[in-house]
Amino acid sequence: MATTERLTSGGVGDAVLRKEDRKFVTGEGRYVDDLKLPGMLHAAFVRSSFGHAKINSIDASAALAMPGVHAVLTNATLPVETGVLSASNPGGDVRHPEQAILAKEFARYVGEPVAMVIADNRYLARDAADAVQVDYDPVPVVVDAEKALEPGAPLVHAEYDSNLVKTLAHVTDGFADALAKAPKKISLRVVNQRVTPMPMETRGCIGDWSNSTGEVTLYTSTQVAHFVRTFVSIVCGTSEAKVRVVTPDVGGGFGAKLNTYREEFAVCAASKVVGRPVKWIEDRTENAVATIHGRDQVQYYEAGVDENGKILALKFDAVQNNGAYNQLLTPSISHLTLFMVPGCYDIQDVSITIRQVFTNTTPTDASRGAGRPEATHGIERLMDAIADDLGIDAAEVRRRNFIKADQFPYTSATGLAYDSGEYHETLEVALELSEYAGFEARRAEAAKRGKYRGIGLSTYVEVCGLAPSAVTAALGIGAPGWEHSTVRLHPTGKATVITGTSPHGQGHATSWSQITQTELGIPFDDVEVIHGDTAFQPYGLGTYGSRSLAVGGIALYRSLGKVREKARELAAHLLECSIDDLEWTGTSWQVKGSPDRAKTIQELAYAGWASASLPEGIEPVLEATTFHDPPNFTFPFGTHVCEVEIDQATGHVEVVNYTAVDDCGNVITPMIVDGQVHGGIIQGLGQALFEETVYSEDGHMLTPTLVEYLVPSAADVPPMTLHRTTTPSTSNPMGVKGIGEAGTIAASSAIVNAAVDALSVIGVRHLEMPMQPSRIWNVMQEATS
Amino acid sequence: MGQTITVTVNGTAHTAEVEQRTLLVHFLREALNLTGTHIGCDTSTCGCCTVHLDGETVLSCSLLAVQADGHAVRTVEGLEQNGELHPIQKAFHENHGLQCGFCTPGMMMSALGVIEQHPDASDDEIREALEGNLCRGTGYQNLGAGVRSAAVEMARN
Ligand code: FES
Ligand code: FES
Repeated sequence: MATTERLTSGGVGDAVLRKEDRKFVTGEGRYVDDLKLPGMLHAAFVRSSFGHAKINSIDASAALAMPGVHAVLTNATLPVETGVLSASNPGGDVRHPEQAILAKEFARYVGEPVAMVIADNRYLARDAADAVQVDYDPVPVVVDAEKALEPGAPLVHAEYDSNLVKTLAHVTDGFADALAKAPKKISLRVVNQRVTPMPMETRGCIGDWSNSTGEVTLYTSTQVAHFVRTFVSIVCGTSEAKVRVVTPDVGGGFGAKLNTYREEFAVCAASKVVGRPVKWIEDRTENAVATIHGRDQVQYYEAGVDENGKILALKFDAVQNNGAYNQLLTPSISHLTLFMVPGCYDIQDVSITIRQVFTNTTPTDASRGAGRPEATHGIERLMDAIADDLGIDAAEVRRRNFIKADQFPYTSATGLAYDSGEYHETLEVALELSEYAGFEARRAEAAKRGKYRGIGLSTYVEVCGLAPSAVTAALGIGAPGWEHSTVRLHPTGKATVITGTSPHGQGHATSWSQITQTELGIPFDDVEVIHGDTAFQPYGLGTYGSRSLAVGGIALYRSLGKVREKARELAAHLLECSIDDLEWTGTSWQVKGSPDRAKTIQELAYAGWASASLPEGIEPVLEATTFHDPPNFTFPFGTHVCEVEIDQATGHVEVVNYTAVDDCGNVITPMIVDGQVHGGIIQGLGQALFEETVYSEDGHMLTPTLVEYLVPSAADVPPMTLHRTTTPSTSNPMGVKGIGEAGTIAASSAIVNAAVDALSVIGVRHLEMPMQPSRIWNVMQEATS
Repeated sequence: MGQTITVTVNGTAHTAEVEQRTLLVHFLREALNLTGTHIGCDTSTCGCCTVHLDGETVLSCSLLAVQADGHAVRTVEGLEQNGELHPIQKAFHENHGLQCGFCTPGMMMSALGVIEQHPDASDDEIREALEGNLCRGTGYQNLGAGVRSAAVEMARN
């Protein structure tokens, strides 16, 4: 059901319009680059132009001689205390090299910050940065993760005896037996290439340090203000209670801003040095090397299957390129891959090994989907390879392997408890909508026009609602997974909702207002939502991993319930009855069966504030706070069907039809869900068709701008048919799951499977991404020669 | 190296001294505090900085402020009239044509450029006209629907 109907009520599930929009369409959005503080100076960074080099000396004299230049800071002069910037396995079995805020003795990737210039304006800061002379001695470089594991490979960090960061391993007891007994083995190598999250707003921040009070305010474009605050206090050596991190409007994240970055610490420390606010805004070209990348995983599958295509055992070996350092969650991303290796299939026996590796490249971390697109893309390619090998239809092989509806809750071979699922249903609906059965006629018709036409499926499940804190702890992540909310009713009956989630396009102000209207009867328009400012939230874990609704939304739901119950006690007191005599009407507490004896939530908000007469033991004001730690993850799922046409002359791949049937449980804001699916699919399409972050062998960035790194434009997008099925989550009382990454997780394999199917007529059995025309043309030449 | 220029922005003439190398986008953002025009790249590729110069769609990151001397610029801030949203603004809102909003001003100015100059532009022409405006959030579906509905609305008036 594509949502075009417009309801106005404003409750859960209503097709309301976003309350965020007006400031953005009028140009009144306030992103970090729009902020000006009195006396503010501007920073530019001098970055390594080598993939790996010893820094002999830095000569800043020419820069310092320029009028308007206030300081040139280096590792020796920037006042910071430490540089371990990862929350993953602190002190655990992961190699965690120190990440100096400005490079110390060595620069280990192109773009690593080496010095920082502070000047009157941005143009001058850039000029002065260019005038800083750094004397480097280049040393050997390794950029490819598999090569980095070979004996004798250059060491990214000389203090370790290899480039191995950590090995993740998980083997079920029955695996060896099951694989040995399987009548057929099918192998596949899949490369999930390096990509860049590429929000349209680059990163940027302003540090404002008060030398008199020791307080520091950091304005930064982030998804995780509180993580940033914690790390600013550690890195800059100040009390966490003196640090305030403010998130203004954020122009997209996609994982790029789910991190704590050197520049965020550097502007704080530099502000301390110069005694004035310091602003840094990342250039796009700088973004290509200074902001995390994602993916970059090479996978080796071996499936033991029976004659019917049922997988009996699955072996998965992968090498994950972590880049030169571990960022906030780098070592944890491939944990998510590990979790999701079996996908939506009932595979009891697995052997999984993921080796994480240092290379002389920008660190990788969460990029929309974060570890899960890698798992889904791989297993969905494998399902097609099995179908191809055994001559079974691609949909049929999936049906035979699906976890069945009556198996939920389902414990996966990787130890997850899938909450709910109807995988067969989404598949059948998608096949119907996409007219899968009639495809061969379309293939034949396209052939007459000089096109290879193919159809591809992706049936996915993802793990969302990150995360139960016990699980993050078990994974060695030094941070929890709960979320905060506060609901505050004002004497006038309006509500302020304070949330620890940190939207950057997702529309939480709208969805959280709908939840408030439904649960507490405060009208949609009377609710204000505050997020992303550490002065307001006790702590918030932020927005990523499709967690906001399933964790933050539930935190809100629970606070609303607490306020409603407190209002009930107050109402009983004022109406002189027992709380059991009252019923909730949706907007008021009323004596059962007596509509004239009732108190609206607004009346109770006033009475709670005025406190003229409160029941015994009840404090003034209707306000409640919740820290909600989810008992389990959620598992959204669905089926995407893609059709492509490949030009036989040029190799150009065009997506001509796209059908997505997603199940994210109950829906709060239908239009926002559709928007997330659209955007997610196009990000997956970008990876499938165009996007790849490429290094030369000697460590140079070959895709530094949007001219080389191609993201989809309006001209590249196919018509899409969206549909939803609804299987409520059993992990939370609202039955919600999350939808922010589903499209990206599903899309790349649907598109690649379609392209492989298209070229199957000339004997092609596998394709790597991105499927740019040159690559496809070469494959076609080889296949037909 | 300063030069005095006069640029009419959204109907108001502004006279200011600028460095010759100052880009029009920085002049708008820094000197005039019109921060609705955004910067998304440094290679004239993203379209976030799109404005109108004498009615033509231009990238304000690819023009010097001095080149706008004596000319008229329209930015996103000039769309709303007397508290009434322009049809293109309304259409983006009603069709959920924006998520984070960062590409939105440039996207609307490009869309408006094509609708104003070719009121009967086809869907494909609109898509092509927007090719230079990147959006990482919406997947262009609702955004395209917004542009189409604005075109219809504007043709009616
Ligand atoms: S800022 Fe990207 S085109 Fe102007
Ligand atoms: S809405 Fe965020 S980039 Fe377009």
